[in-house]
This record gives sequence, C-alpha cells and structure tokens, in this order.
Amino acid sequence: MSKPEREVRPTGQEAERSVRFSTVSDMEVEPLYTAEDLPGGAEERIGLPGEFPYTRGVYPSMYRGRLWTMRQFAGFGTAEDTNARFRFLLDHGQTGLSTAFDMPTLMGYDADHPRAQGEVGREGVAVSSLVDMRALFAGIQLDRVTTSMTINCTASVLLAMYLAVAEEQGVPWTALGGTIQNDMLKEFIAQKEWICPPEPSLRIMIDMMEFCSREVPRWHPVSISGYHIREAGSTAVQELAFTIADGITYVEAALKRGLSIDAFAPRLSFFFNLHNDFLEEVAKLRAARRLWATIMRDRFGARDPRSLRLRTHAQTAGVSLTAQQPLNNVVRVTVQALAGILGGVQSLHTNSLDETLALPSEQAVMVALRTQQILAEESGVTNTIDPLGGSWAVEALTDRIEAEARTYLARIDELGGMVRAIEAGYPQREIAEAAYRYQQQIEQGEKTVVGVNRHQVPEERPPDLLRVPLDLEGRQVDRVRRVKRERNGTAAREALARVRAAAESGENLMPPLVAAVRALTTVGEIADVYREVFGVYRDPAWL
Amino acid sequence: MALSGRRLRVIVAKPGLDGHDRGAKIIARALRDAGFEVVYTGLHQTPEMIAEAAVQEDADAVGLSILSGAHLTLFPAVIDELRRRGGGDIVVFGGGIIPESDVAPLRAAGVAGIFTPGATTQEIVDWVKTNVRPRGG
Repeated sequence: MSKPEREVRPTGQEAERSVRFSTVSDMEVEPLYTAEDLPGGAEERIGLPGEFPYTRGVYPSMYRGRLWTMRQFAGFGTAEDTNARFRFLLDHGQTGLSTAFDMPTLMGYDADHPRAQGEVGREGVAVSSLVDMRALFAGIQLDRVTTSMTINCTASVLLAMYLAVAEEQGVPWTALGGTIQNDMLKEFIAQKEWICPPEPSLRIMIDMMEFCSREVPRWHPVSISGYHIREAGSTAVQELAFTIADGITYVEAALKRGLSIDAFAPRLSFFFNLHNDFLEEVAKLRAARRLWATIMRDRFGARDPRSLRLRTHAQTAGVSLTAQQPLNNVVRVTVQALAGILGGVQSLHTNSLDETLALPSEQAVMVALRTQQILAEESGVTNTIDPLGGSWAVEALTDRIEAEARTYLARIDELGGMVRAIEAGYPQREIAEAAYRYQQQIEQGEKTVVGVNRHQVPEERPPDLLRVPLDLEGRQVDRVRRVKRERNGTAAREALARVRAAAESGENLMPPLVAAVRALTTVGEIADVYREVFGVYRDPAWL
Repeated sequence: MALSGRRLRVIVAKPGLDGHDRGAKIIARALRDAGFEVVYTGLHQTPEMIAEAAVQEDADAVGLSILSGAHLTLFPAVIDELRRRGGGDIVVFGGGIIPESDVAPLRAAGVAGIFTPGATTQEIVDWVKTNVRPRGG
C-alpha cells in the first residue's frame, strides 16, 4: 500500500540504525503510525468485538467470558503410550485433546506395509485399526473432552473410528465435540500428505461435511489451515491468502453439493501459525476475521452471524525454534503465544523447547503448557478485550495485510480457483520462492536468528531427549497382523466392498466407512480402495 | 570440476513418507545456484527408487532430507540399495531432525556428511565441493 507524502514527518530527523526495518515476512514498516495511516471508514472496519466484521474478535466478551482452549498436540509410539500422555496433560489442566498420528497412518498405510518401515509411531501415534483407536481413548469419556485430530487424506477413516469408539462408550454422536483437520488443499500446497488427486480429495471432504452437518452437529469437519503453509516458508500474507482461498473452495464445493450456506458454515474452523513478528501476527489474525466475514456475507450471502465468524486454533511456529541454545525457545514461544492471544484465538498449542531435535519430553511439554497458563492467569492480558484495537500501527498493518491478501485472492480467481492454481503450481512456487529468500536473508545476516547467526556460543547438543524405541515397530506390525487374522474375514471383505461401491457411485462415504471400521478393516485397506478408485497423486517435484 | 569435463551431479531426495520438503528444495536450489547439476526426486521416494535414480542419472552424490525421525532406517537402506546397484562409491549425505546420538550410527552406516538444524546452505555447498569428486574419473 503506498503512503501519501507528508509535509511533516513525525520522525526521520534523527539518525536511525542502518538496518532494513521489515517484518519477518519482509514487509517494510514505517517508523511511526498516526491517525493519518487509517483512511476513511476505519471505525466501521474496526468495529466492536462480537460484531461484524469481527476485526476485534468473534465474541463480545472474549477471554473475560471464556479463556481459549489450551490444546497441546500429542502423539507417539503406540496408542497406549499416547493415551498416557493424554492423561498426563488432562491431569495438569489441559482442556482439550489434540492427536498427532504417525506418517503411515497419515498417508494411509498399515504398520505392516513396506512403506511404513522406520516410520511407525515415530512422530505420532500409530493407528491401523479400531483396536488401536479404542486403546488411544481408553478411560477418556468422549463427551467430556473435545478432541482435535490432525489428519487429512485418511481423515474420513479416522473420523469413522472416532464415531465407532463413541458408540462403544455409549456416547451419542450429537454429544461429540472436536475438530478434524481434513483440509486437503493445503496438503497439495504445503504439508504434502495425500493419496488421490485434488478433485476426489475434495469430494471425500465434502462427504464428511455433509455427514457431520446431519449426524455430528457439534463437530468441526474441517480446520482450514494456514499453519503448514507458513511452516513451508510462506509469508504472513501468503499464509492468510492461501488459507482463505482454500476456504472459499470448500464453501463453493459444499454449495454445489446442495448444502445451504448457513447449515455448514458455522462449523468451519481455522488454524493459523504464530511466528516471531509480534505485530504482524496480531494484524494477520485480525485481517483474517475481517476478510472471512466480508467474503461470507458478500460473496456467499451467509446471514447467520455464526457463519461469518472466523474461529481459529493457532500454534506457535515450529520452524522458528532453534536447536542452538534451546532454552531460548521458551521465550520465542511466549512472544508468539502472546500474539495469538492478543490476536483473539479460540484455541492454542504452544511448542516445546526441544522440538527441533525430537518429540517433546514430558518436562518440556509441561513448560509449554505453563507458558499458556502464565499468560492466561498472571499476565493480565485477558482482562481487557482486544487491548491492541485502535492502535494506529496495528490497524494500519491489519488494513495492509488484508489488502495484500485480497490481491492474491484476485490472482487465484483469475487462475480459475485454488484447485486450478494448485495444478499449475502457483501457490507452491510462491512459497518456495519466499522460503529461499528468507534463508538467504538469514545467511547474509539481514534477518537475525539469535543463537544461529548472531549471539552464538559453543555448545554441546543435548542428550536428554524422548526416544521412541525402534522395537515398537515390530510390536505394532504384530498387532495389525493379528487383527487381520482374527477378525471375521467375510464381514471385513463385504464392508470394504460397500466402501468401494460408495466411492464409485458418489454416495456419501461416511456410513459405509463407519461400518467398515467396526468390521475391523484397516486404514491401509480403506486407503487402498481410494487408491484404486480415485487414483494416486504424485509429487510434481517443482523446485 | 573443470578437470573432469563435466559438472558434479547431485540427486536431492526425500525418502519415506515425510512431506517436509522446504529444506530439500532450498538445498537443491542452493546447490544448483552454486553450479552443480541437481536432480530433485520429489516426495515419498523408497530407498530403491532413490538408488535407481542415482545410478540411472550417473550421480556423483545423493543428498537425503528427512524430518520424520525415520533416518536410522532409511538412510542406511539407501546406501544398501546403491551398493546393490554398483553405486557404492556414490557419496551420500543427509540432514534433518537428527539427534546427536544418531550421528555415529549414521556415519558407521556410510553417511559421509550429516547436517542438523541451523546448517547453512553455504556450509552444505562447501562440503559438497570438498568431499564429492566425479565418479569413475
């Protein structure tokens, strides 16, 4: 956004340090912001908390009404290992669960598949069948917690398993609250976990949205995620723009399916990254809410206020953590979490200080959770709603990020929408370009990473890390083989055939999936049906 | 490089199911900008696929990137597959989320260079210049 020349600059007479004053996303910022930086209509654009366009927050009372949900992502080893970590977190005051699955589960392979070798239970929990899912939530009443599941191309299978576990616990589906990530477009853009190409992936997603709006009304069937886009190296503006563009695509697909906007839009949720640049992140979250509310109202004709509200989870930026002087990561996470809180998030994960080298240890997880509790209960920032609202710098940055995101949205519309843009490699290339530029800026010392390119000290790398034993893989392989051996083979085959028939006919996949997981068919077997019916997507390997 | 009459050829590969390709792409680009011939395999490669590509492309080195913790299984598997195809002299280096205690076993398995979080592209370019020579020359 170009700025008008002014006769009197408030500063500029004094000498400044000879650095470029720019955000972590490389956006140059002014030395000082004043009322002149907010063009006409600012009052309407800023508004009030809980009112359109929700710049100041989605609820009128924000954290005075209810604190954000402290939701630490956890998962490793077997279902029993992760179940123990869940109980540890709940015992220490965490208020919601968040499940990390291992790579084979995320990619649709059972533990005994050759491609799973070396990956079982390493960076998430291994779940191949309903037997694992039961163990994962053993002793946790599913109507007493809300659960987030970070899973995408196999999300339909894991949701079916969660529903089956609830049924076994006697919990009605209408009492289940939680979120499944299920955001496939950002997989092709950034996280790169997929089975089939974008179009059928989108169809499975919409099946889940349609099914949940009918049967699991408190569930969020998609979490539209910028987090991974940012981790892959995007700027803050790209993160925002690509996420909103993905959201637009899902809304269009659901409308095309015949759902009415206000029937599903209130259950759409979001997930953003919290990087180091404090004001940029606050502004990004505020711009996100305003942009989404405006698009939902003006482009899609949503009327229910709940359809207009962008409710979001956020996680501190994994990519900002350093292996060097790891204690410094506690400080980074604190600043990032504070940006999330002052940006008005509904749910938050704070990273652990040792995550650049391994899964977090119990002690590191505790510090991360305590960081949120200190911000919530000691810092006082929750006492006032949107305390940064009306700051000239924050509002001007919010305007600018929104405007730049709109430019990207227009470009994506020109390309024919996000699916076409992805097929053309457009967002992937934009992100790779930004990531390379940032790396060069670090190497040239233009951007500082404390302990990495400035303020280094000689140090030994820490030995005290959480290790996932290599023999775990063998145990998990035995377990899934036993399930396949001991189940009723005929029932399993018939259940899989019904999944295939639904995949081929276009009938909603969820009812046959719930039946299939009850019959103990596995993640890998169902993913194989998807591979056969829908085809396999391969990485175009753009540089 | 000039002596051999051709530029060094490096395969940059992502073994396993891990989709974190930010690092691999940055390294591939930095090596290319430094004058090497670079082939990027893309994601989700098996050790067999990587070794096959390295031999087919007549690579001098293979750079592996993995962030899912499967390096202890997959790095040695790539080296085994290279040997099986007569590519045992292709230099293998790699990086990712690799704890200190995994460095020695990876070296013992034949991984010649190991880069951990915070390594710069310049360090990696310099390492390749020093440690990789044209094969069979």
